[in-house]
Amino acid sequence: MIELKTPLKKEDVLKLKAGDKVVISGTVISARDKAHAFMLSEDFPKAKDAVIYHCGPVIKDGSVISAGPTTSARMSQYTPELIGRYGVKAIIGKGGMDDSVLCALKGRAVYLSATGGAAVTYAQAMKVKSVSKEEFGMPEAMWEFEIRNFPAIVTMDAHGKSLHKKVLEDSGKSFRGMI
Amino acid sequence: MITEKATFDLYKKVSTELPTDVMSELVRAHDNEEDGSLGKESLGHMIDNAKKAAELSRPMCQDTGTPFFYVNCPKECSQKEIKEAIEKATAKATEEVPLRPNAVDTLTDKNVGNMPVIHFTEGNELKVGLLMKGGGSENVSTVYKLPDASIGAGRDLEGVRRCVLDAVFKAQGKGCPPYSIGVATGGSIEEAAHLSKMQLLRKVDDINEEKALSEFEEKTLRDVNNLGIGPMGLGGKSTAISLKAAAGNRHPATYFVGISFGCWCMRRGQL
Repeated sequence: MIELKTPLKKEDVLKLKAGDKVVISGTVISARDKAHAFMLSEDFPKAKDAVIYHCGPVIKDGSVISAGPTTSARMSQYTPELIGRYGVKAIIGKGGMDDSVLCALKGRAVYLSATGGAAVTYAQAMKVKSVSKEEFGMPEAMWEFEIRNFPAIVTMDAHGKSLHKKVLEDSGKSFRGMI
Repeated sequence: MITEKATFDLYKKVSTELPTDVMSELVRAHDNEEDGSLGKESLGHMIDNAKKAAELSRPMCQDTGTPFFYVNCPKECSQKEIKEAIEKATAKATEEVPLRPNAVDTLTDKNVGNMPVIHFTEGNELKVGLLMKGGGSENVSTVYKLPDASIGAGRDLEGVRRCVLDAVFKAQGKGCPPYSIGVATGGSIEEAAHLSKMQLLRKVDDINEEKALSEFEEKTLRDVNNLGIGPMGLGGKSTAISLKAAAGNRHPATYFVGISFGCWCMRRGQL
């Protein structure tokens, strides 16, 4: 298990390999579709060198109740520009992202998979630090969280390797053999 | 009559407690995956999370999903009153469970709380089924129109099997596998989609009375698991824990196949 602390440095990111298990402590910012569009149309300094978490949490009276990852594929279209513009160092989500993102990660950042639906477990490792754009609604607002020993798996590394791509290729062979 | 209280209790149970048959299948899948694999680790997270959610009475998943109600009511019941009770219970559950407010006005983009979808049928017995279905699994749900030359699918159960495999292959890990899968044929797009979603209410051990369909369910589930997509799409033996099918009548000119995915935390319950 590799321990990571934010702010992540380039060398922290470059030493990670697809398949590595990590625990992260420090600060992450939640962002979904609308927040991504916002960060590309306006300046959002908090995203500089940040860890972005694809998550729309349940927050009640300032406490994190339930906060697992959302499907990352929807954010693929925004992500190369997000990494280029803000130097985002890591993205936490589920389901993986496309080849344009794999290319944008090269030498710069990693994609980490969390288990979808394991939302109570993750919530217990998270505290709210602040919130931006609350008017977007609870799921779409950008929540800044303090996290402690948040577990994840490196599934797309900064060296062009993607476990999602491997499963896609292997399952494609099986699929073609069955039709 | 269905009360607001009973519906609120149903929301609370469905959002915080994984059905026991689903839990048993996840435990079985966990035992079946290779030691040290990412698939086994993901299943471990799922089982652990479901236990914590039940203990703490918190929603298993942050995504409330869309609440789909299937209400069968006797003729003396008022559909209007049932609808009002469900809507009040939805607002109360959103506040008190709590559930993430999840409905967005498409034109203004404003979050407007949670909006249940309610389907009514009439029958002798009052029955209410609830599915809380996340956006990830809904996004990979789909409808095919047969024949479909791209996958060599003709107008028969073999064609339907090919649709299912194609849909699962395209879904990969995006909808949080291991999936529960509902499949239905029908004469129109919405009928096939609706009937396929209703199959998700069926328990894992519910065997189809129609032999051709029970054989189809068994074989197609086996094929789905041979794709190797695995828990969370990270590879492994468990891509689906359940596959249930129904065959609705069709128009001679049409052959639609609806495929509905439920994520691993298949939130369903009944009153």
